[in-house]
Order: sequence, then structure tokens, then C-alpha cells
Amino acid sequence: MKGTEGGSVACEDMPEIARALFAAGGRMQMVYAWQPEEGVAELRYLASPPESGRFLMWRCRPDGEAPSLAAIWPAMGWYEREVMDLFGLGFRNHPEPNRLILGDDIAPPFRAERGAAEGVERRGADVPRGLPELDQPDVQLLPFGPVRADVLESAEFTFFYVGERILHYHPHLFFKHRGMEQRFAGLTPTAGAVMAERVSGVGSVAHGLAYCQAIEAALSCEVPRRALYLRVLLAELERLYNHLHYLGHLAGTTTLKVAEAQGKLLEERVKQLNARLTGSRFLRGIITPGGLRRDLAPEDWLAGALARLRAEAARFIDLLEHSDSHRDRLITTGRLSRPVALDQGATGPVQRASGIDRDLRRDHPYAAYAELPLTVAVREEGDAYARALVRAAEIEASFALIERVLMLLEEGKVHEALSAVPGAEGLGWAESPRGTLFYAVHFGTDGRLKRVKIKSPSFSNWRVFPFTVHETNMMDYAINEASFGLTIAGCAR
Amino acid sequence: MAFWTWFGLSEGKATTAWPGRGGDDGQQGVLGMPRYAPERCEAGCSECAAVCPSGAIAVAPGAPGGMTLDYGSCVVCQLCTEACPSGALSPSQDWAFGVRRREDLLWSPTAQPARKNDAVPRAFRRSLHIRHVDAGSCNGCESELQALNNPFYNLHRLGIFFTASPRFADLLLVTGTVTHAMLAPLRATWEAMPEPRFVMAAGTCAVSGGIARGGYACGSGLEGVLPVDLYLPGCPPNPSAIITALLVLQGRMPERMARDRRGE
Repeated sequence: MKGTEGGSVACEDMPEIARALFAAGGRMQMVYAWQPEEGVAELRYLASPPESGRFLMWRCRPDGEAPSLAAIWPAMGWYEREVMDLFGLGFRNHPEPNRLILGDDIAPPFRAERGAAEGVERRGADVPRGLPELDQPDVQLLPFGPVRADVLESAEFTFFYVGERILHYHPHLFFKHRGMEQRFAGLTPTAGAVMAERVSGVGSVAHGLAYCQAIEAALSCEVPRRALYLRVLLAELERLYNHLHYLGHLAGTTTLKVAEAQGKLLEERVKQLNARLTGSRFLRGIITPGGLRRDLAPEDWLAGALARLRAEAARFIDLLEHSDSHRDRLITTGRLSRPVALDQGATGPVQRASGIDRDLRRDHPYAAYAELPLTVAVREEGDAYARALVRAAEIEASFALIERVLMLLEEGKVHEALSAVPGAEGLGWAESPRGTLFYAVHFGTDGRLKRVKIKSPSFSNWRVFPFTVHETNMMDYAINEASFGLTIAGCAR
Repeated sequence: MAFWTWFGLSEGKATTAWPGRGGDDGQQGVLGMPRYAPERCEAGCSECAAVCPSGAIAVAPGAPGGMTLDYGSCVVCQLCTEACPSGALSPSQDWAFGVRRREDLLWSPTAQPARKNDAVPRAFRRSLHIRHVDAGSCNGCESELQALNNPFYNLHRLGIFFTASPRFADLLLVTGTVTHAMLAPLRATWEAMPEPRFVMAAGTCAVSGGIARGGYACGSGLEGVLPVDLYLPGCPPNPSAIITALLVLQGRMPERMARDRRGE
């Protein structure tokens, strides 16, 4: 695959490869399946190298089942379960083989005739959603959702608790599964960008960008310089409104009502600037394979508008910093240790708040990031406070980046024509406001999309989140959840 | 934190006067549904239908202008306005499209008469409580619904509130494409509501299934699922479009689409 190195291996060798990667300091990212031809299933394993450099991708064709890597890389567990649910393939010795995405009564929609295991036993498949069985009369069970209070995305959370203390927590996040990856099949590259922007609304730019970069890698397209800089501008505007919303929402959970209103007002101001710049409050309809659909004209007015907003955001963050009641509720809440963050696959601000210094914009630069100064905020504490501080620092860093982009922006064209190549495949990525986002695209023989795989940051971080909830208390739950800043649409797709 | 009180007071009022006189709706530059000028449409051309990712445009030789355009399926991607060689389809700022009848979202050459809203009793004009259900959205609609309570729009000033329990709700506001897994919780929420109860399909996904329609996991919005009192397409509908639609439902504002068609 373009944008990666690696090659064809035997599925049985994957545990050995995974162990070697662990020893070298690399990181497994995901596994996904696709059908290169009718009736044949192929697995693709994606990994990050120890430092910067090219991503690694191995492919293998399982004979009905493959060895599970979940015992070596726990974060791989959910990806393997997704492959089991959607493709009917088996993973040997999977520690939690029950259904993840689809209900128990739904057959795998992409079961391949050959290479699919009919009789692979899925241990625990008969236990609904993998909930533990408890025979303790004093432990209470609280199912919450999928329709929750206020305007929220649908998901069901099950708490096992005694009094205020949560013993065990189990989220069920796939009520909203729309099968988006499958909806790309048969689309042209241009229409695919519209689809990608609608996978996660508040990540429209990141999704569009990662998708387009995957297409451009597959088709070896050089995007014009002005488009690369404007893409950075769009991506950072998206980070701004997301992080401002995040700080406002977090203040709401600690009952700081004026601060909540202020955070959301600043978010609204950025969204209104987005609309003025692009016609869309979510910055949709601009990024397309080959560059941008039309040129933008931020030169005369955007810098001034953002400078005013930057001062207001700095004041807002400073006031939050001085709100002891707010900080008291965040410090030590929902602590995520570095080893758990690494093992379970935490990403984005969540991993950076637990001491893992990774950011795709710096480590695997795309668009124009290699030419721009970027400070990556990292904290060691791993609690809700650290997650808020990382995001607050990223707000200031985004303002600085945008200021630089607007200074360096040169005249020029913004789109390069590209034509689809049958059978081409490519990998694209972006550091979304929530973390690492990958798109892997495969073209069919007709020059249209055949398979698109999305690794979204919310899928990664929802996997991590329960580890910070077990053995904590109910009063901290809402604060802890807000401090992760997750979406469910991105996770469920 | 006393300084937050001081801060709040010193910042002054952030709320717009809109939809009152002279107010800013906050949507400067927002692109809406494509505008269609059939007299410019070239016979034999199907560029728009070929690029439309959600099947909103179909070439129909018998139809006026030679094609059908369903705003209820439009995801506002603007691809058709870029593909149209003759300028028959052009970008517009027509984003407020709350209508009471599904067929009013189909483009037609003749003006619809403005409808008097008799569906919702007058009592709900002064107070409306909404239960929102996300039935499989991209979170864009939720982001805009949450924005309704930010200080700029401040929905409460209009006597419209979100409520946690369906038992206290007058209106079920549905977003998303209605996935198979959300069908039962959605119906249960509706059944828990006291009568009279109203349903609003917010966003193109809820109106028609949107861009995800036709997959193995989702349906076509509220079509055939619940009786709908108000349709509001948009991807997503912006906060002012949602407010407009709510006021249309309450009979406090005329249907914008009907007004536009009369050429006012």
C-alpha cells in the first residue's frame, strides 16, 4: 500500500511480528479485513514505527481464522472483534470474542465464501455484550441509555455499583453503527470526500483530509502548495472549535455555568467564522482529492477576527485556571496511567496527557505541517486536569499555527487533477482534534472505491475510557467522560 | 467563584435579537440547498444527477425542467452546483426549509400556497418541551442542537426547552438515519410521550436516510417509522434553521419555502 512499507506474510507469523514490534518500541494500530476478489478475505495489519518514518503494513490471507494478537497488544482486541462481526472470520484464542458492533442475531454482512470460518467457536458469544455475571444482592446494576438526558448521542452505559462506588462499567457504543465504511463502496473519489465528511460531524475536516490524502497517496498526486497551507488552516479551525466546546462542556460538568456559557459562545464564534470562510459551519465541502474544490480568501479579514478571539480564549482559559472549585474536581479524577494508555491504544490529547509524546502532525507530517512550527503539549499526570491542560495548550498552539499560515500563504492554484487507477491503494492520516485518524482506501478494477477502512480516534479512546471508570465513584463519572472528549458517531461509524 | 459572576456581568448580553427585528441570525456565508432555474437546464445533460452522492437529483424527461430535485435528500455538498455547466443549479443561502408536508420538499415549478399550521394547538405556542433522540447521526446535528443553548441563540428566551423525560415532552426531535439498533429505543421513546405529541425530522438523515441510506445497518430516516409533523432537511441544519422550523411548527412563523415560491 502506498504510504507504507511491509509486505505479505503468513497469518501465523503475526504474533512473532507483533512481539518484535513491541520490543522495538513500535505500536500496533489496527487490523482490518477486505475482499480483494470475490470470496477471498485478506487481513491488513497497520503499525507505527518506533520513531518517525513510514508506517508499516502487513497483509495475510487467513484460512478461516488467524491467531489473535489481543494478548500481545490489547488494543487490537476491538479491531479483531469488528472483523469477526463484519466478515465472519475467526481469531484464535481471543480473550473476549463476543459481539462488539452488530447484534447477536445479525449475520456478518461481508462473510466471504472461502476463507471464512463456519465452525469457529466464539467463546462468550452467548453472553450478551460481555457483561460480567454477578450473584451479589448488594451490587446494583444501572443500565443508562441509549436515549440519555439532554441532547446527547445515543449509547448505553451499564454500571455495577454499590452506593457511590462503581465496581464495573460497560459501555455499549454501537447503536449508531451506520456501516459507513461500506457506504464508500462504488463511489468516485470526489463523492467519497462528501461521505468522509459525514462520518463524524465535528471531525469533518480531519476525516475529509485523511481520506483525500489516502486517495492522493494511492494515485500519486501532488497537491498544490496553497492548498496544503489552506488545509492546515481548516484543520486548525476545526481543532479550535472542538477544544473550545470541550472546555465549555467540561466546565458545565463541574457546574461552572458562566464558564460553560463562555466556552460555548467562543465555539459559536469560531463556527460563524468557519461559515464566513467556507460556507459551512463544519468546514465541509472544501477539501477534495487533489486539493480544494475552490480557493478561499482568508487574507484580508481572518487574521484580525482570530486575533480578537485569541485574546478572549486566553482570558477564558486563565479564568478557568484560577477556578479552584473547577480544578479540585479535575485533579486526580479519571487517572489513566501511561502503560494502560499504551496497551489499550489511547490517542490524541488523551495519550499526551498520560505522558506519551506522539502527534502525527510532527511525527508523520502531512499537508504543510513540516514547514510550520508546532509545539506539542504533553503532561504526565494522566488525570482529567492533565487532559484539560493539554487541550488548553493546543488552543493556543492552533492560534499560533493559523497566524503563521496566514503570513506564509502565497497565491497559486488549489487543485491538481487526478484520475483513478484500477486496483490502486493508499493510506492517509490526520491528527484530528481527538487523535490519530487513519483512512486506508482500495480501488476496484472499475476505478471506483472498493473498500475504505477508517480508524477513528474515538474508537481508540472509548476502548481506553472504561479503565479509568472501574473502581471510581459516580460523582466523578460525568466529569471524567467529558474530560475524554469523545464522540460516538466517530466510534460507531 | 465570584469572579465568574463579575465576568458574566461585564461581558454584557451576547444573545441575538433574531428572529426579532434587526437581529443577526448568525449565518453569514452559510450555504444552503442549491437553487434551481429550469429555464437554464440543458436537455440531455445529467451532470448533476451523476455527481449527487445522496440520490437527491434524478433525470426525469417528463418532469418540468427535465429532472426531479428532492431537497429532503440533499446533503448540501454543493457538488451539483459545481458540476452544472449551464448555471441551472447555483449555490444559495436558502437554509431554512422546515415544511409540514414531505412533498413540499420536492422542487416544483408551481408555488405552493402558504399553509396555515393547524396541526399544533395554540397552547404550545408559548411553551414547547422537546425530547431529542439521536437515531444514528454523524453528531453534526447534535452539535447544532447543543448550540441552541449557547448564549448567542439562547433558545429558552423563545419558551422552547429540552427535557430529559419523554413523559414531559410535546415534541420528539429526531436526528440521524434511524439505524436498525436505534429503531426500538426510538419507538419506545415516542410511545412514552403523552398525547398530543409531535415529531420533527431534523436533518437530511432523519428526513430520508441521507447519505447513509441503503446500507446494511440503517434505514431511510423516519419514513414509515413515525408520523412526522415537520421536516427540516440540512446537513446539518444550522441553529437558526432549527429555530425557524420550531417556530413554524408552533405556528409563529410562516413556512419559508412557501414564501420563497411566491416570490416574496
